[in-house]
Amino acid sequence: MATSNSNLSTESKFLINKKKKPFSNKLSDSIAGWLFISPMFLGFSIFMFGPLVYAFFMSLHEWPLLGEQTFIGLENYQSLGQDGSFLNSLNVTILFSLGLVPLNIILAMFLAGLLKEKFIGVGFFRTAIFVPVVTSLIVWAIVWKNLLATELGFINQLLDLIGIQGPSWLLDQSTALPSVILVSVLKNVGLNMILFLTAMQQVPGELYEAAELDGASAFRRFRSVTLPLITPTIFLTMIITTIGAMKIFGQVYVMTRGGPVDSTKVLVYYIWETAFRHFDMGYASALAFVLFFILLAFTILSWVVRKRWVFHEE
Amino acid sequence: MRNKKLLVFRYIALSLITVLMVGPLVWMIATSLKEPTRIFTQFFPNPIRWENYTEVLGQMTFLKQYWNSIYIAVLVTIFVLLFSSMAGYAFARIKFPGRNVVFLLLLSVMMIPPEVTIIPLFLFMRDLGWVNTHIPLILLPIFGAPGAFGIFLMRQFFLAIPKELEEAAVVDGCSKFKIYWRIMLPLSVPALSTLTIFTFLTNWDEFLYPLIFINARELMTLPVGLSLFTDEAGTDWHHLMSATTLVTIPLLILFFFAQKKFIEGMTAGSIK
Repeated sequence: MATSNSNLSTESKFLINKKKKPFSNKLSDSIAGWLFISPMFLGFSIFMFGPLVYAFFMSLHEWPLLGEQTFIGLENYQSLGQDGSFLNSLNVTILFSLGLVPLNIILAMFLAGLLKEKFIGVGFFRTAIFVPVVTSLIVWAIVWKNLLATELGFINQLLDLIGIQGPSWLLDQSTALPSVILVSVLKNVGLNMILFLTAMQQVPGELYEAAELDGASAFRRFRSVTLPLITPTIFLTMIITTIGAMKIFGQVYVMTRGGPVDSTKVLVYYIWETAFRHFDMGYASALAFVLFFILLAFTILSWVVRKRWVFHEE
Repeated sequence: MRNKKLLVFRYIALSLITVLMVGPLVWMIATSLKEPTRIFTQFFPNPIRWENYTEVLGQMTFLKQYWNSIYIAVLVTIFVLLFSSMAGYAFARIKFPGRNVVFLLLLSVMMIPPEVTIIPLFLFMRDLGWVNTHIPLILLPIFGAPGAFGIFLMRQFFLAIPKELEEAAVVDGCSKFKIYWRIMLPLSVPALSTLTIFTFLTNWDEFLYPLIFINARELMTLPVGLSLFTDEAGTDWHHLMSATTLVTIPLLILFFFAQKKFIEGMTAGSIK
């Protein structure tokens, strides 16, 4: 009895052990997996997701930096519609994007088209166009601020040589925003150019040969061969560039401080001002959420586009 | 004939755009060597005034800001490389409950713009007594876009590594950490270098966090420090341009030596 029992127990132990091995492996895998992702997971939870939820909570309050918070429900959101400064900043942001995105995309495509074949100097030009991307945005903005100075600025001195009196680029309501747009396009067009270059180089060469045999002009070849094949890239870069344009802040801060007469006061600048100049934290959070939902819409759009079209993402 | 025309047009168009892209930086370097009285009266510096540089480099604040920028960007980059390669490895190679959900969660968190979270973060950091310290400047960017992009990038890379390379180690009974540290990490140098460039450049340019969390000049990073320069009446343009040149040139030199990597790093990041 006892022996058989002990026998059984050793056998069963053996069996249990055999069974337990994969189980313990599973368990240790789970622990290892969670341990490996824990720094990122904790960091994201504490520094990204937590604050996002908290920002929404704040947006339901009257929340001065010092003093009492009072719960006011959706009042901050309701007052957006009557806030002239908000409507202006939204308007400026949209105008900025409407100016920047087409200009950036068209210029990037044009440059990629010029640079896609090999010729003498191609490397030099590609490098030159990418140089501003590697330059600090703030440095780029400071240099252009000086170049665009009214009387002594280099650009107006050049114009003076050919007898044109240049405008006060950054001090005039009608030219300040276009100036900031142009400086921003030059800063980042190199990125999109590279993306288009990659897309264009994937277009099969036979298609061009066939088109050429049929006597298609360069423009016709671009319209009928290149354009349809790089459409997904165009959409994707458009969305990414728009998201970037909606968040512009640094160059406005350096070049115009939102002026003249709020003509360059973009949304992020207005959020920054509301939160860290007027210390109206609750209302600033509500403004930030408006930005968040705009960006979310574009992000979701980019996922949809990617799912439907993008065939070259490995 | 038609091709010749096309070639001439191509060179003219590209030269014009090159002037717009590189011209400002050439002008910056030229101005950084001018006499203060001749900044607006000449294009090429004559006589050359090297003192602009020695004077800027003699300013403690500028040197401190330079050091701050470098060490913060380096620290952030190291942490991003470590944490995102760890997470990327787990998502690629370890089966654990909740893996796919958490992966998607982390990638969607990446879409949260810092402009939204910065308001509560400012309050948190203030309550912790971390405003006007470098802690938020080091901590927060790790979990921003570079971190999430890094997870995605590293996971893709690890998935492409053949499993046979690890199998021997598994049979030998190596721990997961040992496999990651000894086998996977050394293999992933190409992906890590792409991520390094993306993270370093993004952080080098970071403007919003230092603007909000730092008030003391000697604690600022270069972008904010330089932007203050322009606010002051009677800006010393010759000094400012020497400072911006000193900020720009090292990165440009690196870029010329490792163009392929730079372009890969920057474009990979923008296509997340």
